Parts: sequence; C-alpha cells; structure tokens
Amino acid sequence: MSDSTSGQASSAGRSGPNRSFFSQLELDLRLLGMIGAFLLICILFNIMTGGQFLTPRNLFNLTIQTVSVAIMATGMVFIIVTRHIDLAVGSLLATCSAVMAMMQTAWLPDILGIPLGSPWLAILAIIFGILVGGIIGGFQGYLVGFLGIPAFIVTLGGLLVWRNVAWYLTNGQTIGPLNETFQLFGGINGTLGASSSWIVGLIAAAAAVLALVSGRRSKLRHDFPVKPIWAEFVVGGIFVAAILGFIAILNAYEVPSRVLERQFEARGETVPEGFTASYGLPISVLLLIAVAIVMTVVARKTRFGRYIFATGGNPDAAELSGINTRMLTVKVFALMGVLVAIAGLVASSRLTFHSNDIGTLDELRVIAAAVIGGTALAGGVGTIYGAILGALIMQSLQSGMAMVGVDAPLQNIVVGSVLVAAVLIDIIYRRRVEG
Amino acid sequence: MAETKQKIDRSGTPLVAMKNISIAFGGVQAVDDVSIDVYPGEVVGLLGHNGAGKSTLIKILAGAYRMDSGEIWINGEKADIRSPAGARDYNIETIYQTLALADNLDASANLFLGREITTSLGLVDDSAMEAETRKIMHRLNPNFKKFSVPVSALSGGQRQSVAIARAVYFDAKIVIMDEPTAALGVHETEMVAEIIKELKAQGLGIVLISHDTREMMALCDRVSVMKNGALVGTEHVEDVTEDDILSMIILGKNPKREAA
Repeated sequence: MSDSTSGQASSAGRSGPNRSFFSQLELDLRLLGMIGAFLLICILFNIMTGGQFLTPRNLFNLTIQTVSVAIMATGMVFIIVTRHIDLAVGSLLATCSAVMAMMQTAWLPDILGIPLGSPWLAILAIIFGILVGGIIGGFQGYLVGFLGIPAFIVTLGGLLVWRNVAWYLTNGQTIGPLNETFQLFGGINGTLGASSSWIVGLIAAAAAVLALVSGRRSKLRHDFPVKPIWAEFVVGGIFVAAILGFIAILNAYEVPSRVLERQFEARGETVPEGFTASYGLPISVLLLIAVAIVMTVVARKTRFGRYIFATGGNPDAAELSGINTRMLTVKVFALMGVLVAIAGLVASSRLTFHSNDIGTLDELRVIAAAVIGGTALAGGVGTIYGAILGALIMQSLQSGMAMVGVDAPLQNIVVGSVLVAAVLIDIIYRRRVEG
Repeated sequence: MAETKQKIDRSGTPLVAMKNISIAFGGVQAVDDVSIDVYPGEVVGLLGHNGAGKSTLIKILAGAYRMDSGEIWINGEKADIRSPAGARDYNIETIYQTLALADNLDASANLFLGREITTSLGLVDDSAMEAETRKIMHRLNPNFKKFSVPVSALSGGQRQSVAIARAVYFDAKIVIMDEPTAALGVHETEMVAEIIKELKAQGLGIVLISHDTREMMALCDRVSVMKNGALVGTEHVEDVTEDDILSMIILGKNPKREAA
C-alpha cells in the first residue's frame, strides 16, 4: 500500500520522460509474456519436427483445433472471475452436441418431415442446441446462486449427469454424417477462400485502427493523458501486421489437387491447368472472433460485465451496491451454457459426426486455457483475449507433442503439469506485482 | 470545547427517525426497541462496545437487514426499506467499516457501481464516469491522482475518499458512516473530519459510528450510546463529559442522570 505522496510521485512519473519504451506503448506485460511463450513453443517444435510445425497446413489445423476450447474458455473467464468453477463443460458439450445431432438426423426429419440435407435442419438444430445449453447452464447457475450449493459440487455432479444424458439420447451411438450446412462451422469444410478472407482481414485491420483512433479521441475530449502519437502508430502497426499476417498464413494453405479434382468431378468438370485455390479463413475461426469481440464488449462495456468483475473482486461490496449477485450467477452460468453449445457445434461439425466421447477432458483444457490466460482463481481478474491465447498455447503444446511423437500418456502428463505450473507462475507473478 | 457548535434547529420534522427498532438473529436480540432521530445538518454519533448492536442498527437503515419490528420515518413519511437499492431511493448512502469497494476496479468504476453512466447504446461510458470522478475527487481530496489503477493500490485514506465520494456524488440526504477513520492515519482522519463538517454545513444528516470518544465529542451534535442491543441514552455533547460517555458505554447508565 502506498500513501498519498508516493501516489503523486508515480502519477507524475507517468507523463515524465524517463518511462521505458514498453511502458509508453501501454501494452500488457502479461500478454507479451504469453505471446513470447507461444512463439517459443512454436519455434521449439518447428526445430524438433524439422520445419513441419510452422507450415501453413499445420497452422491452419492448429487454428481450427483451438476454436472449440477457446470459445468455452471465454465463458470460463466469467465463471472463474465470479469465484466459481465449471467442471461440467466437457459433458455439457456432449449433451448439446447429441441434441443437435439427433435433431438434424432423427427428430426433425421424423416429426416435422424436413428432408435430410435441408439447410433448415442445421439452423433449427443449432438454435435448439444453443437453447438447451443456455437452459442447462442457467439451471446449474440457479443451484449455485439461489440454493447455495458450491459450483464445484454442482458441476462435478453435472460432469457425470450431462455426459450420460448425451449417452442416453443417442443410445451411445455415433451419429453422423451431419448435415452439410451444419458442417460449415467445423473448419476445413467451411472456409471463405482467398479473396473473401482478404476482405475480412482488411475490414478487421480498419476496425482495429478505428478503435485506436476513437479511443484516443475520447480520452482527449475529457483531457485525460494519452500516449505519444508514435506509440499509437507502433501499436496500430502491430495490430494491422498481425491481422493481415494471420490471413496470409491461412491463405497460403492451398487446397490439395486431389481434393480439387474431386470437387470439379462432382460438378462434372475437370480441373483447369495451373488452377489453385486457398482455404482461407475458416468460418469456425470467424465465429470465434465474433464470440471474442462480443465477450470483450460484454466484459468491459456493459453493466453486466462490470458487475461480474465487481462481484468477483468483493461479493459483499457488490451486494451492498444493489447488485443482484444471485441472478448474476444464473446469467453467468447460462452464458457459459450457450458458449458450450456453440463450441459443441464447432467440435461435432469438425469431426462431421457426434461421438459418445466428444468433449471428454475439455473441462481441463478450458480451465487451463483460462488460467494460463491470466484468469485469477481468487476471482475478479481475467481477460477474454488471454483465455483465447491460453487455449492456443495448450493446443499448440498438444499438437506439437503429437507431431514429435510423444507417447499419449506422456502428452497428458505434460498438459496436466503445465496447468499446475501455470498457476504457480501466476501466483509468483502476482506476488511480485502486488508485493 | 474549543469550537462553538452551531445550534441545530430541532423544531421541524427529523430527516430520519428510527422508532422502536428490534431485530433478533437466532436467539440473540441484536437490537432491542431502539429509537434514534437525525435532523438536517446534524451529526449523531452511535457509541458502544463491539456487539452492542450499532452496526446492526445502521444496516437496517441502509437496507442490508430487515427489522423484525419498528418503523423508519424519512422526512415525516413512513419509509419501507427492503434492500440497499431501496435505501438509496430514499437518498440514504452508507460508508461501511469494511470499505465496500471492489478492490479490482478503479475509482470511477467503484464510485458508479450499480449506477453506471451509460451511452445511448446502453454501454457503460467510462470516459464520462472518469470525468465526473475527477470533478468530485478534486473537491473532496485534491491530492487524489490515481484514477486508472485498481483501488487495491490506494492508501486507506484514498480509498475512504472514494467511498465518501460515492455518497456525496449521488446527492445523499442521509449519510451513514461506520467507523470511517478506523483504518486511517492522523492526517487522513483529519481529512475525513473536514469532509464530515462540509456535509453537515450542506444540511445533510449524518449517522456516525466510532470507538474514539474524543473524536465523537468533536464531530457530533448528539451521541447515542448502546449496550447489549438496547439504547442507554442520547445526550447533547455540550451537556456531557467524555467520562460521562465512557460510563454510559461501560456501565450502561449516565452517572449525572442517576444523581439528578
């Protein structure tokens, strides 16, 4: 704790000339650390695999494998920030996936007579699946918030219950192949192609620049301190380069010639000489980006998000400020359920079928992603982008080990250890920052 | 007494009157048939041992507890306070002993917690809130500069000024302060005392809880002493000595009144 004089000193130092290069950029040190760790993992595996890791093909796969866990991790941030935990996400994913699979392959065609292959099957299945996820999540939130059962117990029970509800719904069978429209959300079966990807990338880059400009204007309007203009340009440049670089990598992954041949054959044509096509941005990644933006806005710019963080920081203060923390718990768990359903959509459509063991151990990956991404288990602290980066780190670790040929049991041993180590590093980091 | 107290006009209706308030937790009668009132521009002190029922009494007024029996009258009208938000609707603001601040949020997020300024899109308007926070903090504590850090990084006095700013900003008519200076140094305690005097000059009614009898004698117009949940008595500070107050706290009776 500092007294008022040191407060003045440090605030005077803020605008002083001796601030370091990095502090002038006002970038999150923690974020830089995570990006550093990710790059280190990538480079290490790239060396160990003889250059196989950092190929467009592998990076494309890595991206689409991350989406499902990353979507859930954004919701887990809110759960952990409010000092709860959700151990049931993997099982709930299975239930939502089972519901969506049964809807499109059995219930809707049998009851409403919608023909198989109709896009309506996918649309109705997705809406219903999301509804089921939200309701089950909200129900778990009710048990936690209103009945006072610890979230650990509610969701530990849920871990068993929803896994077996999924089993019951499908009789333990693998359900597939899933509807073609549904499969668009899985990754490789639904991509934008090169030119549309570039357009999305340019729009995203423009939006990032616009956000920086409007943020600076708003600060200037209220006479708040702003960072030097060169720092704004550096940060903006990094954003634009990262976005366009990402698109360039995805576009560099070309559709293999035999796949092209098959596609053209299906239309009764032959592949023209020298014809190539890129996969580009997968729709599932676009979905993740949309989820990330919405969740970030919710976290930072809505009352709901403000109350989530306030409740996590001091539940009594939140209650005394007139916040209905019980209802807030229901909403947070319901939101988690909705995100689990969306993740279930991505996971099952990536596989092109629903399997009985879908989402197994996802609770561990999701919690690990959130924690590696800087979400404090004590509550009150966490970021959406951190959780997504955490998911990417976990996935790259797992994919990399698989590529190097690490045995399956060893892979899980490493993943489990990384989770524990990440929490330890987090504790040490916070002690040093706050100490 | 060094400074002469300005005479409080107690002829009109009290700003707040708590009448025959009782509440029990399990078998314990935490507050037993207690009545207190506060007039505009008046500071009423609540004294007593830990567990005497002071904090419980003010939590009823603040909407954190529901009383078992009794009545609360605000400005001559019977009030029905069911929640902290309900108390705020009657312009009652509370500054808690434990500093009801969310440590992980910055000053303006705390100041506006539960009552955020929103843009036309319904999103929270952080810039507008920070601008308002800068204005009010400039008035209350001109040295305050840490607007963009979590309040966990602030000193006790700085945190207390955030909590007080919260009461002042929303046009409180009645301010409840539960040991506002308990965690503060000498300098910061003086600052809080200045703020209390300023609020008093503006015609607010203040209920102050403290263990520091001397401080209470300096700041309050009247003091009410509680023991074991019951009211021992309410005295004008100019009529009693510190020793009288202490014997009321410890023995549960006023020696002067006993003698008279």
